[in-house]
Amino acid sequence: MILKKKPTLTDHHVTDESLYKARRSFIKTMGAGSILLGSTLAPGILSAKAGKPDLKSELTRYKDITSYNNFYEFGTGKSDPAKYAHTLKTSPWSIHVDGECSKPGTFALEDLLKPMQTEERIYRFRCVEGWSMVIPWQGFELGKLLTRFEPTSRAKYVYFETLYDPKQMPGQKRSVLEWPYVEGLRMDEAMHPLTLLATGLYGKDLLNQNGAPLRLVVPWKYGFKSIKSIVKIHFLEEQPITSWQKANAVEYGFYSNVNPEVDHPRWSQKRERRIGEFRKRKTLFLNGYADEVAVLYKGLDLKKNY
Amino acid sequence: MKIPEPYFGKLFKPFVFLLALLPGILLGWNAWQDNLGANPIETITHQTGDWTLRFLLITLSISTLRRWMGWGQLIRLRRMLGLYAFFYATLHLFTYLWLDQFFWWEEILADILKRPFITVGMLAFVLLIPLAVTSTNAMIRRLGKNWLKLHKLIYLIALLGVLHFWWLVKADVREPFIYMAILALLLGERIWHSWRFKRQFL
Ligand code: HEM
Repeated sequence: MILKKKPTLTDHHVTDESLYKARRSFIKTMGAGSILLGSTLAPGILSAKAGKPDLKSELTRYKDITSYNNFYEFGTGKSDPAKYAHTLKTSPWSIHVDGECSKPGTFALEDLLKPMQTEERIYRFRCVEGWSMVIPWQGFELGKLLTRFEPTSRAKYVYFETLYDPKQMPGQKRSVLEWPYVEGLRMDEAMHPLTLLATGLYGKDLLNQNGAPLRLVVPWKYGFKSIKSIVKIHFLEEQPITSWQKANAVEYGFYSNVNPEVDHPRWSQKRERRIGEFRKRKTLFLNGYADEVAVLYKGLDLKKNY
Repeated sequence: MKIPEPYFGKLFKPFVFLLALLPGILLGWNAWQDNLGANPIETITHQTGDWTLRFLLITLSISTLRRWMGWGQLIRLRRMLGLYAFFYATLHLFTYLWLDQFFWWEEILADILKRPFITVGMLAFVLLIPLAVTSTNAMIRRLGKNWLKLHKLIYLIALLGVLHFWWLVKADVREPFIYMAILALLLGERIWHSWRFKRQFL
């Protein structure tokens, strides 16, 4: 079930979650012995939306989005974050901004958010491990926030940090990765209108396991680029080194664009398992956002710059 | 230690048989109940893989336990436990072939050739086959001394199993490390034992 229509950038309609709850689990399908029919959501829902085959009909269940997470600050198991993230205190929360910009400072989250209009964006989310979701985020364009700090002409990259506090984030007591978690984007990637800072999903505030109170969402890159629970934004001229690059530079590059043609050294990236579906589907180049963002990478060898 | 006959054969062994089947039954039940989380196929792959490795180590621990507890009867469980390792390995492999790859043979072959963790997993599975096939009484009699030699392959299989696990984790090697430590203990005990009693180890 590949998308037939280019997804719209914004979608202001609030999604009816109950519609998606109605979706039957595929295991039941398995039990009924109709495995080969498998690639499927409940047919009723599809036909109800037949006139508008957009991402909205593919939303991943809220329960799955909030219980199946990679957030190593709370443990490396997929269900650890939902179990342990309650120790994170998201208010008060402040964000420190510095580096190549004219208006650095430490800001209370409320003050940063006050002038921002949040909107709903339904995006595909593709994890480097080979699974994916479709998530209705609430958020605003990262670029709209960044311009308020007036980055200088020397700002070629922007770099983010997750909170470091082993008391609140017990997973940081083990050095699975180097803490704090850090990520970065090229300035033009950061300023792209698809790039989002999210404060919620499914019309509710972000839960801690999803990166509350503020997280990045870069829908055409593997999920680990979308750094969670951000406390620091830093503008710089040199390309920063991200946490996963530090952990394993051969396997994880700075760009980490979703690309079915460039395999992870240990597994194929050609296909993905959409959470809630039985059969795998083909992974789309730049996660289906090539029309919008492929221009950013003109002339760049994406095999080398993985 | 000893369980009086006929209780060992009539009660204890069937009990262990059912106990060893339990992870499989639970997995099936939870799959039916949609209780395997957001990514059930991943859960099935991981649990069948875990139980394969666990049964390999449990099988290896039988002779160690026998030596240390002086519980000779245990040896009568070993074949069954080894076959359980093979049983879970088969489920694990089929989960991969079917639910993960949907019998896309080109891709499966590429995986086996290109991805070291799949290569060693596959090698471990292939090596398990002759052990399972030669586990009947008739085969044991027919092979005589060679049977013992052949079944030493289990050491290599367990090592490949741990290596497979080590190579597939992204960053957190704690779990494979634990399995590796247990395997090292079991192998170390054998080396020590054979040195102490001047017996040949391999
Ligand atoms: C004796 C043989 C084998 C043993 C002992 C074994 C053991 C394991 C273990 C312990 C895991 C990790 C479970 C976890 O993360 O909790 C695993 C995962 C896995 N195994 Fe095996 N395995 C064996 C053979 C195979 C074979 C033959 C294949 C496929 C050809 C295979 C494919 C996989 C895959 C795809 C995963 C999941 C990888 C991931 O999640 O990234 N294994 N196995």
